[in-house]
Amino acid sequence: MPRITFITVDGERVETDAKAGNSVMEVAKELDLPMLAACGGALACATCHVIVEEDWFEKTGELSEDEEDLLDTAHDLTETSRLCCQIKVSDDLDGLVVRLTPME
Amino acid sequence: MNNQASFNTDVAVIGAGPVGLFCVFQCGMLKMSTHVIDALPATGGQCTALYPEKPIYDIPAAPAINAQDLIRKLEAQIKPFKPEVHLDQQVVALERQGQQWQLTTASGMSITAKAVIIAAGAGAFGPNKPPLANIGQYEGKTVHYLVQNRELFRDQRLVIAGGGDSAVDWALSLADIAAHIYVVHRRDKFRALPENVDQMRALAEQGKLELVIPYQLANLEGQDDQLTAVHVKTLKGEERRLEADHLLSFFGLVNKLGPINDWGLNIHNGLIQVEPTTCATNLPGVFAVGDIAGYPHKLKLILSGFAEVAQAAHAAFAYVYPNEALHFEHSTSTGVPAPQAQ
Repeated sequence: MPRITFITVDGERVETDAKAGNSVMEVAKELDLPMLAACGGALACATCHVIVEEDWFEKTGELSEDEEDLLDTAHDLTETSRLCCQIKVSDDLDGLVVRLTPME
Repeated sequence: MNNQASFNTDVAVIGAGPVGLFCVFQCGMLKMSTHVIDALPATGGQCTALYPEKPIYDIPAAPAINAQDLIRKLEAQIKPFKPEVHLDQQVVALERQGQQWQLTTASGMSITAKAVIIAAGAGAFGPNKPPLANIGQYEGKTVHYLVQNRELFRDQRLVIAGGGDSAVDWALSLADIAAHIYVVHRRDKFRALPENVDQMRALAEQGKLELVIPYQLANLEGQDDQLTAVHVKTLKGEERRLEADHLLSFFGLVNKLGPINDWGLNIHNGLIQVEPTTCATNLPGVFAVGDIAGYPHKLKLILSGFAEVAQAAHAAFAYVYPNEALHFEHSTSTGVPAPQAQ
Protein backbone atom coordinates (compact mmCIF):
# COMPACT_ATOMS: atom_id res chain seq x y z
CA MET A 1 0.00 0.00 0.00
CA PRO A 2 1.35 3.44 -0.92
CA ARG A 3 2.64 5.35 2.09
CA ILE A 4 1.38 8.92 2.35
CA THR A 5 2.54 11.59 4.76
CA PHE A 6 0.50 14.61 5.75
CA ILE A 7 2.09 17.57 7.50
CA THR A 8 -0.46 19.59 9.46
CA VAL A 9 -0.43 23.36 9.80
CA ASP A 10 1.14 22.85 13.24
CA GLY A 11 3.96 20.80 11.72
CA GLU A 12 2.79 17.41 12.93
CA ARG A 13 3.60 14.54 10.52
CA VAL A 14 0.91 11.91 10.08
CA GLU A 15 1.82 8.85 7.99
CA THR A 16 -0.52 6.21 6.71
CA ASP A 17 -0.73 3.31 4.30
CA ALA A 18 -3.35 4.47 1.83
CA LYS A 19 -5.64 2.46 -0.34
CA ALA A 20 -4.88 2.84 -4.04
CA GLY A 21 -7.85 4.32 -5.87
CA ASN A 22 -8.92 6.61 -3.05
CA SER A 23 -8.29 10.31 -3.35
CA VAL A 24 -5.76 11.90 -1.04
CA MET A 25 -8.68 13.91 0.40
CA GLU A 26 -10.49 10.69 1.31
CA VAL A 27 -7.34 9.40 2.98
CA ALA A 28 -7.07 12.63 5.01
CA LYS A 29 -10.73 12.46 6.07
CA GLU A 30 -10.33 8.81 7.06
CA LEU A 31 -7.51 9.92 9.36
CA ASP A 32 -9.76 12.69 10.71
CA LEU A 33 -7.14 15.31 9.88
CA PRO A 34 -8.08 18.99 10.14
CA MET A 35 -9.40 19.55 6.61
CA LEU A 36 -12.84 20.84 5.69
CA ALA A 37 -13.24 19.28 2.21
CA ALA A 38 -16.69 20.84 2.33
CA CYS A 39 -18.02 19.62 -1.01
CA GLY A 40 -16.89 16.05 -0.45
CA GLY A 41 -14.87 15.79 -3.65
CA ALA A 42 -17.41 17.20 -6.11
CA LEU A 43 -14.95 19.84 -7.39
CA ALA A 44 -17.16 22.59 -6.05
CA CYS A 45 -14.92 24.27 -3.48
CA ALA A 46 -11.26 24.74 -2.60
CA THR A 47 -11.30 23.61 1.01
CA CYS A 48 -9.05 20.58 0.44
CA HIS A 49 -6.18 22.78 -0.81
CA VAL A 50 -2.82 21.16 -0.03
CA ILE A 51 0.76 21.95 -0.90
CA VAL A 52 2.52 19.00 -2.47
CA GLU A 53 6.22 18.56 -1.62
CA GLU A 54 8.10 19.81 -4.67
CA ASP A 55 9.67 16.50 -5.72
CA TRP A 56 6.25 14.91 -5.84
CA PHE A 57 4.30 17.58 -7.66
CA GLU A 58 4.67 16.29 -11.22
CA LYS A 59 3.79 12.77 -10.18
CA THR A 60 0.42 13.94 -8.88
CA GLY A 61 -0.64 14.54 -12.48
CA GLU A 62 -2.02 17.39 -14.55
CA LEU A 63 -4.49 19.89 -13.13
CA SER A 64 -7.80 20.05 -14.94
CA GLU A 65 -9.23 23.41 -15.98
CA ASP A 66 -11.94 23.00 -13.31
CA GLU A 67 -9.34 22.50 -10.62
CA GLU A 68 -7.43 25.59 -11.84
CA ASP A 69 -10.65 27.60 -11.76
CA LEU A 70 -11.32 26.59 -8.17
CA LEU A 71 -7.75 27.32 -7.16
CA ASP A 72 -8.52 30.90 -8.24
CA THR A 73 -10.68 31.08 -5.14
CA ALA A 74 -8.05 29.64 -2.80
CA HIS A 75 -5.59 31.83 -0.95
CA ASP A 76 -1.85 31.65 -0.32
CA LEU A 77 -1.26 29.48 -3.34
CA THR A 78 2.13 27.99 -4.09
CA GLU A 79 3.67 26.50 -7.23
CA THR A 80 2.71 23.04 -5.98
CA SER A 81 -0.82 23.77 -4.77
CA ARG A 82 -3.43 21.12 -5.49
CA LEU A 83 -6.95 20.25 -4.45
CA CYS A 84 -6.22 16.88 -2.92
CA CYS A 85 -9.61 15.44 -3.87
CA GLN A 86 -8.13 15.41 -7.37
CA ILE A 87 -5.02 13.39 -6.48
CA LYS A 88 -5.65 9.69 -6.82
CA VAL A 89 -3.56 7.38 -4.64
CA SER A 90 -1.52 4.90 -6.68
CA ASP A 91 1.67 2.89 -6.26
CA ASP A 92 3.51 5.66 -8.14
CA LEU A 93 2.72 7.94 -5.22
CA ASP A 94 4.29 5.67 -2.58
CA GLY A 95 6.11 8.17 -0.35
CA LEU A 96 3.98 11.21 -1.25
CA VAL A 97 4.20 14.12 1.18
CA VAL A 98 1.59 16.90 1.28
CA ARG A 99 1.13 19.87 3.59
CA LEU A 100 -2.31 20.85 4.80
CA THR A 101 -3.41 24.49 4.67
CA PRO A 102 -5.31 26.46 7.36
CA MET A 103 -8.99 25.50 7.66
CA GLU A 104 -10.39 29.03 7.60
CA MET B 1 -30.64 47.40 8.07
CA ASN B 2 -32.29 47.20 11.44
CA ASN B 3 -35.12 44.88 12.21
CA GLN B 4 -36.31 44.88 15.77
CA ALA B 5 -39.07 42.35 15.15
CA SER B 6 -39.31 39.50 17.60
CA PHE B 7 -41.16 36.21 17.32
CA ASN B 8 -42.11 33.27 19.47
CA THR B 9 -42.21 29.78 18.06
CA ASP B 10 -41.99 26.15 19.04
CA VAL B 11 -38.99 25.30 16.89
CA ALA B 12 -36.49 27.67 15.28
CA VAL B 13 -34.80 26.19 12.23
CA ILE B 14 -31.46 27.60 11.15
CA GLY B 15 -31.00 27.09 7.43
CA ALA B 16 -33.54 27.03 4.58
CA GLY B 17 -31.88 24.40 2.41
CA PRO B 18 -33.78 21.22 1.53
CA VAL B 19 -33.23 19.71 4.96
CA GLY B 20 -34.16 22.90 6.82
CA LEU B 21 -37.35 23.26 4.78
CA PHE B 22 -38.32 19.67 5.51
CA CYS B 23 -38.11 20.47 9.24
CA VAL B 24 -41.25 22.58 8.75
CA PHE B 25 -43.08 19.48 7.52
CA GLN B 26 -41.92 17.07 10.19
CA CYS B 27 -42.43 19.57 13.00
CA GLY B 28 -45.78 20.56 11.54
CA MET B 29 -46.96 16.95 11.54
CA LEU B 30 -46.23 16.92 15.27
CA LYS B 31 -48.16 20.19 15.76
CA MET B 32 -45.04 22.22 16.36
CA SER B 33 -44.79 25.69 14.78
CA THR B 34 -41.57 26.71 13.07
CA HIS B 35 -39.64 29.78 12.02
CA VAL B 36 -36.86 29.24 9.47
CA ILE B 37 -33.95 31.64 9.08
CA ASP B 38 -31.32 31.73 6.34
CA ALA B 39 -28.41 33.99 5.46
CA LEU B 40 -29.12 33.79 1.74
CA PRO B 41 -31.78 35.94 0.05
CA ALA B 42 -33.53 32.82 -1.32
CA THR B 43 -34.58 29.44 0.02
CA GLY B 44 -32.82 26.28 -1.11
CA GLY B 45 -29.33 26.66 0.34
CA GLN B 46 -26.66 25.11 -1.87
CA CYS B 47 -29.34 23.64 -4.17
CA THR B 48 -30.33 27.15 -5.21
CA ALA B 49 -27.04 28.96 -4.78
CA LEU B 50 -24.64 26.45 -6.30
CA TYR B 51 -26.41 23.99 -8.58
CA PRO B 52 -30.05 24.92 -9.33
CA GLU B 53 -30.01 23.32 -12.80
CA LYS B 54 -28.25 20.10 -11.82
CA PRO B 55 -30.31 16.94 -11.65
CA ILE B 56 -30.25 14.96 -8.41
CA TYR B 57 -30.69 11.21 -8.85
CA ASP B 58 -30.83 9.82 -5.32
CA ILE B 59 -34.06 11.27 -3.99
CA PRO B 60 -36.39 8.30 -3.45
CA ALA B 61 -39.27 8.14 -5.93
CA ALA B 62 -37.80 10.98 -8.03
CA PRO B 63 -35.63 9.30 -10.68
CA ALA B 64 -34.12 12.66 -11.61
CA ILE B 65 -35.01 16.05 -10.19
CA ASN B 66 -33.37 19.43 -10.72
CA ALA B 67 -32.14 20.95 -7.48
CA GLN B 68 -34.38 23.99 -7.96
CA ASP B 69 -37.39 21.75 -8.60
CA LEU B 70 -36.66 19.79 -5.45
CA ILE B 71 -36.82 23.04 -3.49
CA ARG B 72 -40.07 24.11 -5.19
CA LYS B 73 -41.68 20.77 -4.38
CA LEU B 74 -40.50 20.95 -0.78
CA GLU B 75 -42.01 24.41 -0.51
CA ALA B 76 -45.29 23.04 -1.81
CA GLN B 77 -45.08 20.17 0.67
CA ILE B 78 -44.57 22.48 3.66
CA LYS B 79 -47.05 25.15 2.57
CA PRO B 80 -50.00 23.66 4.55
CA PHE B 81 -47.98 24.32 7.70
CA LYS B 82 -47.72 28.05 6.91
CA PRO B 83 -43.98 28.34 7.33
CA GLU B 84 -42.49 31.59 8.55
CA VAL B 85 -39.27 32.03 6.59
CA HIS B 86 -36.84 34.87 7.28
CA LEU B 87 -34.24 35.27 4.56
CA ASP B 88 -31.15 37.38 4.01
CA GLN B 89 -30.15 37.40 7.66
CA GLN B 90 -27.62 35.23 9.37
CA VAL B 91 -28.29 33.98 12.88
CA VAL B 92 -25.48 35.49 14.90
CA ALA B 93 -26.39 34.49 18.45
CA LEU B 94 -28.01 31.56 20.23
CA GLU B 95 -28.55 32.15 23.92
CA ARG B 96 -30.33 30.27 26.68
CA GLN B 97 -33.24 32.14 28.22
CA GLY B 98 -34.76 30.16 31.04
CA GLN B 99 -36.05 26.97 29.45
CA GLN B 100 -36.02 28.46 25.95
CA TRP B 101 -33.53 29.59 23.36
CA GLN B 102 -33.24 33.07 21.90
CA LEU B 103 -31.83 33.50 18.43
CA THR B 104 -30.68 36.88 17.16
CA THR B 105 -29.98 37.66 13.52
CA ALA B 106 -27.48 40.04 11.98
CA SER B 107 -30.27 42.53 11.26
CA GLY B 108 -31.46 42.51 14.86
CA MET B 109 -34.51 40.24 14.60
CA SER B 110 -34.99 37.87 17.51
CA ILE B 111 -36.81 34.57 17.80
CA THR B 112 -37.57 32.75 21.01
CA ALA B 113 -38.05 29.00 20.65
CA LYS B 114 -38.54 25.96 22.80
CA ALA B 115 -36.25 23.91 20.56
CA VAL B 116 -33.75 24.68 17.82
CA ILE B 117 -32.86 22.59 14.79
CA ILE B 118 -29.64 23.60 13.06
CA ALA B 119 -29.75 22.66 9.38
CA ALA B 120 -27.03 25.03 8.29
CA GLY B 121 -25.26 22.79 5.77
CA ALA B 122 -21.65 23.84 5.49
CA GLY B 123 -22.44 27.10 7.27
CA ALA B 124 -23.76 30.42 6.10
CA PHE B 125 -22.71 31.71 2.72
CA GLY B 126 -20.54 34.76 2.90
CA PRO B 127 -17.70 36.41 1.03
CA ASN B 128 -14.55 34.33 0.61
CA LYS B 129 -12.22 36.71 2.41
CA PRO B 130 -8.50 36.66 1.70
CA PRO B 131 -6.60 35.76 4.88
CA LEU B 132 -4.71 39.06 5.17
CA ALA B 133 -3.57 40.42 8.51
CA ASN B 134 -5.76 43.24 9.84
CA ILE B 135 -8.19 43.08 6.91
CA GLY B 136 -11.03 43.45 9.41
CA GLN B 137 -10.07 46.99 10.31
CA TYR B 138 -10.68 48.16 6.72
CA GLU B 139 -13.82 46.15 5.94
CA GLY B 140 -16.87 48.18 5.04
CA LYS B 141 -14.79 51.35 4.64
CA THR B 142 -11.95 50.67 2.19
CA VAL B 143 -12.07 46.90 1.75
CA HIS B 144 -15.20 45.66 -0.04
CA TYR B 145 -16.68 42.31 -1.00
CA LEU B 146 -19.51 43.80 -3.01
CA VAL B 147 -20.28 47.16 -4.55
CA GLN B 148 -23.28 48.94 -3.14
CA ASN B 149 -22.55 52.41 -4.42
CA ARG B 150 -20.37 52.98 -7.50
CA GLU B 151 -19.99 56.65 -6.67
CA LEU B 152 -17.87 55.75 -3.66
CA PHE B 153 -15.11 54.87 -6.13
CA ARG B 154 -15.14 58.05 -8.21
CA ASP B 155 -11.60 59.43 -8.57
CA GLN B 156 -10.29 56.72 -6.27
CA ARG B 157 -7.39 54.32 -6.83
CA LEU B 158 -8.70 50.76 -6.77
CA VAL B 159 -7.25 47.28 -6.49
CA ILE B 160 -9.70 44.69 -7.80
CA ALA B 161 -8.68 41.16 -6.84
CA GLY B 162 -10.03 37.94 -8.34
CA GLY B 163 -10.45 36.22 -11.68
CA GLY B 164 -14.18 35.64 -12.05
CA ASP B 165 -17.12 37.57 -13.46
CA SER B 166 -17.39 39.96 -10.51
CA ALA B 167 -13.80 41.11 -10.83
CA VAL B 168 -14.02 41.57 -14.59
CA ASP B 169 -17.47 43.19 -14.58
CA TRP B 170 -16.56 45.71 -11.90
CA ALA B 171 -13.24 46.49 -13.56
CA LEU B 172 -15.20 47.39 -16.71
CA SER B 173 -17.92 49.26 -14.85
CA LEU B 174 -15.57 51.34 -12.70
CA ALA B 175 -12.93 52.04 -15.35
CA ASP B 176 -14.73 55.26 -16.33
CA ILE B 177 -14.97 56.79 -12.91
CA ALA B 178 -11.98 55.49 -10.94
CA ALA B 179 -8.68 57.36 -10.88
CA HIS B 180 -6.78 54.13 -11.43
CA ILE B 181 -7.58 50.41 -11.39
CA TYR B 182 -5.25 47.51 -10.77
CA VAL B 183 -6.72 44.07 -11.50
CA VAL B 184 -4.79 41.48 -9.49
CA HIS B 185 -5.13 37.85 -10.54
CA ARG B 186 -2.95 34.80 -10.02
CA ARG B 187 -2.88 33.71 -13.68
CA ASP B 188 -3.53 35.09 -17.15
CA LYS B 189 -6.89 33.39 -17.52
CA PHE B 190 -10.20 34.74 -16.28
CA ARG B 191 -13.36 32.75 -15.53
CA ALA B 192 -15.67 35.30 -17.08
CA LEU B 193 -17.62 36.12 -20.21
CA PRO B 194 -15.01 36.10 -23.01
CA GLU B 195 -16.34 39.37 -24.49
CA ASN B 196 -15.92 41.09 -21.16
CA VAL B 197 -12.42 39.71 -20.72
CA ASP B 198 -11.52 40.97 -24.21
CA GLN B 199 -12.93 44.37 -23.35
CA MET B 200 -10.93 44.47 -20.11
CA ARG B 201 -7.74 43.55 -21.97
CA ALA B 202 -8.47 46.32 -24.49
CA LEU B 203 -8.86 48.83 -21.65
CA ALA B 204 -5.54 47.61 -20.27
CA GLU B 205 -3.88 48.26 -23.61
CA GLN B 206 -5.33 51.76 -23.67
CA GLY B 207 -3.87 52.32 -20.21
CA LYS B 208 -7.31 52.72 -18.60
CA LEU B 209 -6.53 49.94 -16.14
CA GLU B 210 -3.58 47.78 -15.27
CA LEU B 211 -3.54 43.98 -15.13
CA VAL B 212 -1.27 42.80 -12.33
CA ILE B 213 -0.67 39.17 -13.27
CA PRO B 214 0.39 36.63 -11.96
CA TYR B 215 0.14 38.13 -8.50
CA GLN B 216 -1.68 37.25 -5.29
CA LEU B 217 -2.62 39.53 -2.44
CA ALA B 218 0.11 39.57 0.21
CA ASN B 219 -0.73 42.27 2.74
CA LEU B 220 -2.41 45.57 3.33
CA GLU B 221 -0.95 48.91 4.30
CA GLY B 222 -2.89 51.74 5.86
CA GLN B 223 -4.03 53.44 9.00
CA ASP B 224 -7.22 52.89 10.97
CA ASP B 225 -9.84 52.09 8.34
CA GLN B 226 -8.06 53.91 5.52
CA LEU B 227 -6.11 51.76 3.09
CA THR B 228 -3.06 53.32 1.46
CA ALA B 229 -1.51 50.42 -0.45
CA VAL B 230 -1.96 46.77 -1.30
CA HIS B 231 1.13 44.58 -1.43
CA VAL B 232 1.04 41.71 -3.91
CA LYS B 233 3.50 38.99 -4.76
CA THR B 234 4.17 36.29 -7.34
CA LEU B 235 4.71 32.62 -6.58
CA LYS B 236 8.41 33.27 -6.97
CA GLY B 237 8.26 35.92 -4.27
CA GLU B 238 8.54 39.06 -6.41
CA GLU B 239 6.64 41.82 -4.68
CA ARG B 240 4.86 44.96 -5.80
CA ARG B 241 3.32 47.75 -3.79
CA LEU B 242 0.14 49.11 -5.36
CA GLU B 243 -0.94 52.47 -4.02
CA ALA B 244 -4.67 52.31 -3.54
CA ASP B 245 -7.57 53.83 -1.64
CA HIS B 246 -9.82 50.76 -1.89
CA LEU B 247 -9.55 47.00 -2.29
CA LEU B 248 -12.42 45.19 -3.99
CA SER B 249 -11.98 41.52 -3.20
CA PHE B 250 -13.94 39.10 -5.40
CA PHE B 251 -13.14 35.49 -4.56
CA GLY B 252 -16.73 34.27 -4.60
CA LEU B 253 -18.77 32.89 -1.75
CA VAL B 254 -17.78 30.33 0.83
CA ASN B 255 -19.65 28.59 3.57
CA LYS B 256 -18.50 29.41 7.05
CA LEU B 257 -19.79 28.20 10.37
CA GLY B 258 -18.93 31.66 11.67
CA PRO B 259 -20.94 32.45 14.81
CA ILE B 260 -22.07 28.80 15.19
CA ASN B 261 -18.55 28.15 16.47
CA ASP B 262 -19.27 30.36 19.47
CA TRP B 263 -22.49 28.81 20.77
CA GLY B 264 -20.92 26.16 22.95
CA LEU B 265 -21.67 23.31 20.56
CA ASN B 266 -19.41 20.30 20.28
CA ILE B 267 -17.89 20.88 16.82
CA HIS B 268 -15.28 18.69 15.17
CA ASN B 269 -13.80 19.42 11.72
CA GLY B 270 -16.68 21.70 10.89
CA LEU B 271 -19.44 19.27 11.94
CA ILE B 272 -21.72 19.59 14.96
CA GLN B 273 -21.44 16.28 16.78
CA VAL B 274 -24.83 14.69 17.46
CA GLU B 275 -26.30 11.56 18.94
CA PRO B 276 -27.42 9.97 15.65
CA THR B 277 -30.71 8.44 16.80
CA THR B 278 -32.08 11.80 17.96
CA CYS B 279 -29.71 14.30 16.32
CA ALA B 280 -29.38 15.91 19.77
CA THR B 281 -26.35 18.12 20.26
CA ASN B 282 -24.63 18.69 23.59
CA LEU B 283 -27.02 21.62 24.25
CA PRO B 284 -30.48 20.81 25.65
CA GLY B 285 -33.21 21.20 23.02
CA VAL B 286 -30.74 21.99 20.26
CA PHE B 287 -30.54 19.52 17.37
CA ALA B 288 -28.42 19.40 14.23
CA VAL B 289 -29.41 17.73 10.96
CA GLY B 290 -28.18 17.47 7.39
CA ASP B 291 -24.67 18.22 6.19
CA ILE B 292 -23.72 20.05 9.37
CA ALA B 293 -24.48 17.08 11.64
CA GLY B 294 -21.60 14.72 12.37
CA TYR B 295 -21.60 11.15 13.74
CA PRO B 296 -19.69 7.97 12.85
CA HIS B 297 -20.21 6.87 9.22
CA LYS B 298 -22.22 9.99 8.42
CA LEU B 299 -23.15 10.32 4.74
CA LYS B 300 -23.65 13.89 3.55
CA LEU B 301 -26.74 13.14 1.48
CA ILE B 302 -29.98 15.11 1.25
CA LEU B 303 -31.57 11.71 1.72
CA SER B 304 -29.87 11.22 5.09
CA GLY B 305 -30.76 14.77 6.08
CA PHE B 306 -34.47 14.14 5.55
CA ALA B 307 -34.38 11.09 7.81
CA GLU B 308 -32.42 13.02 10.44
CA VAL B 309 -35.14 15.69 10.41
CA ALA B 310 -37.75 13.08 11.36
CA GLN B 311 -35.55 11.84 14.20
CA ALA B 312 -34.87 15.38 15.44
CA ALA B 313 -38.52 16.49 15.24
CA HIS B 314 -39.67 13.54 17.33
CA ALA B 315 -36.93 14.22 19.87
CA ALA B 316 -37.73 17.95 19.92
CA PHE B 317 -41.36 17.20 20.81
CA ALA B 318 -40.40 16.57 24.43
CA TYR B 319 -39.06 20.14 24.66
CA VAL B 320 -42.12 21.70 23.06
CA TYR B 321 -44.78 19.59 24.81
CA PRO B 322 -43.03 18.32 27.93
CA ASN B 323 -46.25 17.01 29.46
CA GLU B 324 -47.78 15.40 26.41
CA ALA B 325 -47.43 11.87 25.19
CA LEU B 326 -46.02 11.53 21.70
CA HIS B 327 -47.89 9.09 19.50
CA PHE B 328 -46.06 7.77 16.50
CA GLU B 329 -48.34 8.12 13.50
CA HIS B 330 -48.07 7.72 9.75
CA SER B 331 -49.00 10.60 7.46
CA THR B 332 -51.44 8.22 5.74
CA SER B 333 -53.43 8.13 8.99
CA THR B 334 -53.17 11.76 10.01
CA GLY B 335 -53.20 13.47 6.62
CA VAL B 336 -51.90 17.01 6.35
CA PRO B 337 -53.76 20.27 6.94
CA ALA B 338 -55.83 21.54 3.97
CA PRO B 339 -55.18 22.64 1.31
CA GLN B 340 -53.47 19.48 0.21
CA ALA B 341 -49.99 20.23 -1.04
CA GLN B 342 -49.36 19.79 -4.73
